[in-house]
Amino acid sequence: MLKKAKRQLIKPTRRKVLKLGMAATGAALFTPFIHRSWANTVEINMLSWYGLAEPDMVEEFEAQHNVKFKPKYYAGGDNMLAALSQSPPGTFDIIHTDAEYARILIDRGDLIDELNPSDYPYDDMLHDDFTKFPGHWKNGKLFSVITRFGHLGVSYNKEHVSAEEAMSYNVFWNPKLKGKVGHFDWHLPSLGEISLLNGNNNPGPFDISASAWGKVKEKTLSLKPQVKGFFDYGGTFSSLKNAEIWACVGIGDWVTGVLEKDGAPVGSVVPKEGGIQWTESYSIVSTSKKKDIAKKYIQYSLTPAGQVRSAGMKAYPAFAVTKSGMKALQEQKPDEAKRTGQMPGVPNNPITLIKEGRIHYRDIPQQQSLEEWNEFWSEYKNA
Amino acid sequence: MASKTSKGLTWYAATWRLPNLVWQFLFFVVPLAFLFYLSFWLVRNYRMVPGFDSVNWVKMLSKDYFWDAYYFTFCMALVATVITSCIAFPCSYGLAFKTSNATRRWAIFFLIIPFFTSYLVRIYSWQVILAENGVINAALGYLGLNPFIMLNTVVGTLVGYLTLALPLVVILQTLSLSNIDRSLIGAAENLGCGRLRVVFTVIIPLAKIGLIVGAVFCFILSFGDFVSPYYLGGSKPPTLSILIIDTTKSGQQWPRAAVVAVSMILTLLVVAFAAVTAAYRKRT
Repeated sequence: MLKKAKRQLIKPTRRKVLKLGMAATGAALFTPFIHRSWANTVEINMLSWYGLAEPDMVEEFEAQHNVKFKPKYYAGGDNMLAALSQSPPGTFDIIHTDAEYARILIDRGDLIDELNPSDYPYDDMLHDDFTKFPGHWKNGKLFSVITRFGHLGVSYNKEHVSAEEAMSYNVFWNPKLKGKVGHFDWHLPSLGEISLLNGNNNPGPFDISASAWGKVKEKTLSLKPQVKGFFDYGGTFSSLKNAEIWACVGIGDWVTGVLEKDGAPVGSVVPKEGGIQWTESYSIVSTSKKKDIAKKYIQYSLTPAGQVRSAGMKAYPAFAVTKSGMKALQEQKPDEAKRTGQMPGVPNNPITLIKEGRIHYRDIPQQQSLEEWNEFWSEYKNA
Repeated sequence: MASKTSKGLTWYAATWRLPNLVWQFLFFVVPLAFLFYLSFWLVRNYRMVPGFDSVNWVKMLSKDYFWDAYYFTFCMALVATVITSCIAFPCSYGLAFKTSNATRRWAIFFLIIPFFTSYLVRIYSWQVILAENGVINAALGYLGLNPFIMLNTVVGTLVGYLTLALPLVVILQTLSLSNIDRSLIGAAENLGCGRLRVVFTVIIPLAKIGLIVGAVFCFILSFGDFVSPYYLGGSKPPTLSILIIDTTKSGQQWPRAAVVAVSMILTLLVVAFAAVTAAYRKRT
């Protein structure tokens, strides 16, 4: 038996040789077409916060347009600027960034393209502010298109902090939270929230005088005995999840929403002193050679389908910016719409909160330098 | 016969040394020189501008938070070095003198295994173990004891430093102790030395170079580590590595971060040279 098999292997029949030959010829003939098909897949290089180019966000668009997103993720607007500065022209096609950093991109003059507002559904925006969002426009020209936003306030562990206690930033100073307060390790949201607690809501928490800034610093330093640590996204996530911290300054549903959906007893509220809004947008890089497809992706991200994906993004959820997007979310993911207040008539509806004047858009310091705020942050961490 | 370039150095030896010298020059000296040069650059409108201005040095060295971070980092690295060396020595002693060659080989192999996994992954694992509701505190809870706060404290940071350096220090110490001439130990014992005296007057002096090199490695790794103080120490207070991140995070102040980095490298050079000098100093 074994001998027979061996003989067959060594001395193949003519039929087998012909079959093998045809298969090899077929493979040789079709390989170039397979290769060409792959080559036709356009690669879009995206510079963004983590998660924006993951399959849950882009797979549908990739399949529809035969494109493949190649992300470079950053953490923080300054890292984005650094990545951009250190990369040769043409490295990126599309940039996803926060409004305050979109302004810096625009101010540099040659980094991102002017966009045509009529290409995007500005008549479908949920709030008038979104149609002329500060930082996205310059001299009446559009450079960056809003796609998602979220609110920052008090994030807390529901087993140790009540919803009533969480309705004021003063909860961070509550004696029962000694050594249980965490900071997201970025000065802008944390200091902005303490600025709001100090009553700096007109014109806003980031536009404060020297004396108000002095009081913000004083108030912040008084919080240090309560502080457990300063964490990045992963650290904040795990500290809240394993109850190392019971309250966190400078974050919102973008962190607790992921944990909440996973069953953790955590939540976020916009307290009575007001909340801070982070606002993300897309821009097309001037040196890109794929501007048309980049524009199509921005348009897609504002369709109801794109907005639903954005609202439920696995890395960090956000609010929809278009009316049709929010409506689609209510129809397709009613639980998520309810959890995040994206329903008509509920008090924590994000648009209602903006209209009530309780939300302030995150910004860079207006009367002090960014460096001054950052230096104080280092001093505070060492205090 | 190989021609001599200078006293005792042949062309043959020089050729073999050349790749190492070229490597060190290209990947240590040149980047270090550039880092030093970078510390004199300026940042304007979020862009680095080449220049030669001492403003970054003046600014950073005049800040209390820089010196606070410096002393904290130095002290933590020193404490980690002392603790690691003290924990490692009995283990290395046992491996060098009390075990068979085969056992020692297996032990060294197992000490190398932790390096197969990412240091960051090992640190994340420690978070689960050290957390207030983690494995250790759960065990303490069964014994009726209150939780011991370890995560996001200096204890957590030290655990991270030991995770990083202890296996390496044990290996270095074991190799050093294994090479001690046993007849010298036998001679000391024959002359009436007790066990402890043999350790302190014969073994430690003979293994001095290996012990100091192990300690220096521990200090260097701990002094420059970012992961443990951030993920197990909660960045409270920050170390110099965290200060570098903080400095670059806002306003793209890479030149000021370069000042911190150069300060760290200078400190490590001084410590390493002092340690190596001490290690090779002849007994008078």
